[in-house]
Amino acid sequence: MGFARTAWAVVWKDLLVEWRSKEGMNALVFFAVLLLFLFAFALGTDPARLRAVLPGLLWIAFLLTGLLGLGRAFLVERENDCLEGLVLAPGDKGAVYLGKLGATVSLMLAMEAALFLAVGVFYNLDLWTALPRLLLVAFLGTVGFAALGTLFGAMTLQLRTREVLFPLLLLPPVVPVLLAAVRLTEAALDGAPWGAVGPWVSLLVGFDVIFVVAGLLAFEFVLEA
Amino acid sequence: MGRLLGGVTLLALVVGLGAAVGWAPRDAVQGNVQRIMYLHVPAILTAYAAIGVAFVASLAYLRGRDPRWDRLAHASVEVGVLFTAITLVSGSLWGRPTWGTWWTWDARITTTALLFIIYLGYLLLRSVVEDPERAATYAAVVAIVGALDVPIIHFSVEWWRTLHQPATLLRPQAPTMAAPMVATLLLNLAATLCLYAFLVRRRMRLAALEAEARARRWR
Repeated sequence: MGFARTAWAVVWKDLLVEWRSKEGMNALVFFAVLLLFLFAFALGTDPARLRAVLPGLLWIAFLLTGLLGLGRAFLVERENDCLEGLVLAPGDKGAVYLGKLGATVSLMLAMEAALFLAVGVFYNLDLWTALPRLLLVAFLGTVGFAALGTLFGAMTLQLRTREVLFPLLLLPPVVPVLLAAVRLTEAALDGAPWGAVGPWVSLLVGFDVIFVVAGLLAFEFVLEA
Repeated sequence: MGRLLGGVTLLALVVGLGAAVGWAPRDAVQGNVQRIMYLHVPAILTAYAAIGVAFVASLAYLRGRDPRWDRLAHASVEVGVLFTAITLVSGSLWGRPTWGTWWTWDARITTTALLFIIYLGYLLLRSVVEDPERAATYAAVVAIVGALDVPIIHFSVEWWRTLHQPATLLRPQAPTMAAPMVATLLLNLAATLCLYAFLVRRRMRLAALEAEARARRWR
């Protein structure tokens, strides 16, 4: 099997498992909407105030929900020795990485789209006009977050202290993603031109490229360790 | 060799700190507080060197799986984290009388703090992975990711601050330093680098002995 077909097989497998169980998605969307409620309880319901801090809130919600989702992405591989299967599968381990990354990004994007709708409903904000740009920013940010998340998720899978160590390892290096994505989300909500936030776009794309490539190269070592 | 290095380190530290306290002139603007710089700047430069060494050693380890490279990376990160902690604490102590605050979200300070946390995570990961080879591989990946990330963090934090609220720092224009100040700074940098090399050597030897002890227990 070629590289692309192997990667696609992993994506397809993960999405099929998710489609049949719907465990992950239900939990993630529910958790993310719950966070929106908690933010409203913590900050009050004044739409102007919520709107002002919305980019930050959204990305905190994405990161926290993403931590849960990534934790699950490899937990399913622990059952029935699925991980052994992935390790033994012929072909480039980078393709397995890309597949896991693709599946995670798809699920997180679905969760993020649902959250944009929930924000529109519960916070009384009109996001329709900004939605295409918001989704693009969500995609770029999620790829960066999941690029390192997939790598570290595979590393911490077997550890007893996984729940604590995984966020500790993952969150500090993805600070640039958070900074760039929040700024770009703000620009998308304000309808500011891309040119005004050009450096942030390059930074985010650069981060994505660097760490997807790093993950592709490093995943083999991690899986076989 | 080890003793010689130890002796040189001790001498350099004593002379360097002596010069920092006694010989370098008092700063005209900041007074004696400025002398913290003679510890602060060498400490962060040494920490950066340590991170760089850990990066290269981790790449070398993944290439050839020679445990000596892993021990070098591990020791280097450990000592680097120590020097980063010294930088953060000494900077904070200096910032209080000079800037009037223990902490400020300046680009370099924030980057240093994140660097500290990332490599603390490296040490934490090592301590919980039981299989030594697996720990070495995972740690190497974290060290490489961390080193690639530090420049990106620096840029992002800098833009975050400048795009957000420009120039809040009351940093006086750096006056050109007097020659004795430069000399003291360089002397202390040499001292901290010697200390780094000395500690790393010691730490690597300890790790090698630990590995040997483990191997014997299993035999």
